[in-house]
Amino acid sequence: MLKIDGVSRRFGDVIALNDVSLEIGQGEFFALLGPSGCGKTTLLRIIAGFETPDAGRVSLDGADLLSQPPNRRPISLMFQSYALFPHMTVAKNVAYGLERERLPRQEIKERVGEVLETVGLSAHASRKPAQLSGGQRQRVALARSIVKRPRLLLLDEPLSALDKKVRADMQLELKRLQHEVGITFVVVTHDQEEAMSLADRIAVFDSGRVRQVDEPIELYERPRSPFVADFVGANNLFRGEASGLDGIKSEKFGMLAGTPLTELAAGAEALLAVRPEKIELADAGATRGLAGSVLDVSFYGGVSHISVDVPGHPKPVLVAVQGAGSVRAGAQVKVRWDAKDAVIMAADQ
Amino acid sequence: MKSEVKTQPVSRSRGRRLGAFVFLSPGLTYLVVFMLVPLALVMSYTVFQRGRFGGVVYEFTTENFERLIDPLYLSVVGESLKIAAITTVLALLIGYPTAYLIAQLPPRWKTMALVAIVLPFWTSFIIRVYAWTILLSGPGLLNSALAKLGLGPFELLYNQGTIMAGLLYSYLPLMVLPLYAAIERLDPQLREASANLGASGFTTFRKVTLPLTVPGVLTGCMFVFVPSFGNFVVPDMLGGNKSIMVGNLIRNQFLSARDWPFGATLALALIAVLVLLLIAQAWAARRA
Repeated sequence: MLKIDGVSRRFGDVIALNDVSLEIGQGEFFALLGPSGCGKTTLLRIIAGFETPDAGRVSLDGADLLSQPPNRRPISLMFQSYALFPHMTVAKNVAYGLERERLPRQEIKERVGEVLETVGLSAHASRKPAQLSGGQRQRVALARSIVKRPRLLLLDEPLSALDKKVRADMQLELKRLQHEVGITFVVVTHDQEEAMSLADRIAVFDSGRVRQVDEPIELYERPRSPFVADFVGANNLFRGEASGLDGIKSEKFGMLAGTPLTELAAGAEALLAVRPEKIELADAGATRGLAGSVLDVSFYGGVSHISVDVPGHPKPVLVAVQGAGSVRAGAQVKVRWDAKDAVIMAADQ
Repeated sequence: MKSEVKTQPVSRSRGRRLGAFVFLSPGLTYLVVFMLVPLALVMSYTVFQRGRFGGVVYEFTTENFERLIDPLYLSVVGESLKIAAITTVLALLIGYPTAYLIAQLPPRWKTMALVAIVLPFWTSFIIRVYAWTILLSGPGLLNSALAKLGLGPFELLYNQGTIMAGLLYSYLPLMVLPLYAAIERLDPQLREASANLGASGFTTFRKVTLPLTVPGVLTGCMFVFVPSFGNFVVPDMLGGNKSIMVGNLIRNQFLSARDWPFGATLALALIAVLVLLLIAQAWAARRA
C-alpha cells in the first residue's frame, strides 16, 4: 500500500536517509525503530509532506505522494508533542480536520462524539488541552488523527511523553484501536520494547539505512547484523572467526557454540550473539562453560539479571533467570548455552 | 500560584516579600516622586481657577470641566482618537506580516532583522521627525524627485495624512516587537498539525496562528495607540501650526494660553481615555 523507493535525504553533511526502500501493507502495524538521529523521523516527515527527499519515490496505493501538498494527503500524523491547539476545546480539536472537509455540521458532531467515545473522553469534550493529563492529551491527539479516517496513520514516538504505567495501558489501547479501525499504522520509536509489543513488522534504522525488516520474534531471535543484535533487546556478543558449522573460534575461549544464520567462509570475522535468558548458570566445577565470578544480582520481580565477569571478555556477561536468583555477588560460576540458542553473523554487516 | 504561596512557611514568604521590597524600592521611589506626585498635583489643578500669568489660584471651580464638553474641544479629542486609531490599524497591517517573516528567518538573520527594526531608536526622535519635514517639504527631496518626472509640486506636509505617516514611522517598531515575540513563541508543529488535518495556509493562519497571537496583537496596538494618541511633537512638526491633536492642545494651554487648570483637565481626559483602553485590553487579553 505504502511504497518507499530509494529515498535519500541529507541535511548539509549529515545523511539522514540513505537509499531507503520499504513496503508497508494495508492494515499493517509497522514500526520504524532506531536510535535518535537515525533518520526515522525524517522518513515520517517525508511521508507526511513536511520534508522533501533529495531522491527517491513515495507512493500510496500506487499514486505518487510527493507531488501532493501536506494538506491534501490522506495521511494523519500524530505528533510527538501531540500539537493540540491550546485555544480550542477537545471537541473543537477533534472536529478541526472534519471542518476542513466542509462536512455537514450534524455529521461532524456525530463523528466527533463517536471517536471521543472510542478513546473514552466523552466526558471531557468541552475541556481545553491544558486541563487534561498527559494520557488524556495523547488520546485526544489520537482521536483527532483517526476521526478523518485516513488511509495511513503516522505516529511519532506516540508514548514517549507518558509515564511507564500509563504507557503500558496506552500500548494495549493503540493495538485494540488499530484492530478496530483497520487503519494502517506506522509508528516511529526508539524504544525497542514498544516496537516489539506493538508492531506486526519492524524496520530497524541505523545512520539513515534500513538494517533489517522483520517480524518482532524473527528480529529478536535472528538478528542479521551486529547492530540489530545489540540494539534490539539485551544481548551478549562474542567476537571470533567462523569455523564451519556449529560455532566460532574465539581467541580467548576457544570454540563457542552457536548457529550461523548465513553461510560464512571459514576464518571470516564473525560475531556470536546469545540472549541473557538463553544462558545457563552452572557450578564452577561443571565440565562445560566459561568460568567467571558474579558481579551483581538485580531483582526485577519476575526475573533477575545477573552480571558475570568472565576474564577475557570486555563486558560482563548478562544472564537472566526466572524469579529471584540463587547466587550471590562474588560466587564462582560457569556460563553456558546450547548451540541452537546462539546466533552467528558476519562481523562487518 | 496562590496555593503555592500558602504552603510556604510564614517566615520564608515574609523574607521573600522583604527581598522583593528591597529590589523594587528604587523604582518605586522614582515612580512616586517623579510620576505620582506631579500627576496628583496636575490633577488637583482641574478644580481650581487659572492665574492671570499662568499658575493656579486655589479657588474651587467646575468651570474647567464645563469647558471640556465644549464641542470644539471634544472634536479635538475625537480627531486624536481617529488619528491614533488609523495609525494603529496601519501599524498592525504592516507590522504583522513583518513580524511573521522575521520569525521564519534562520536565527542569524533573525537577529539582524530585529536589530534593524530597533535601529531607528538609536537616533533622537525629534531629529527623525524633523528629517521627514526635509523629505516632504515644498522644495524637499520627494517633490524635487517628482519634479524631474514632470509632476508636482504637491503639498505633502501639514495635513492629517502626514501626521499619521510620522506616527506610523515612529511607533511601528513597537508593534513589530511584541508581535514577533508572540509569533516566535508559537510551536511550529501547530501549523504542521493544521496542514496535516487538511487546512490550507490561509485557514491555518486564520484558525491557529492569529488566535494564538491575539495577546501580542493587543500589546502591539497599545504600544502604538498610547503614544500616538497623546503625541504633540509629530503633529506639531508635521501637522503645521494647528492644534489638531489633544497633545498640542494640552501643551498650548500650559505654555501659550497660560491656562494650567484647563490644560490639566484636558490631560485628565486623555489619561481617562487611555486607562479605559488599557482596562479593555487587559480584559480582552485574558479572554484570548
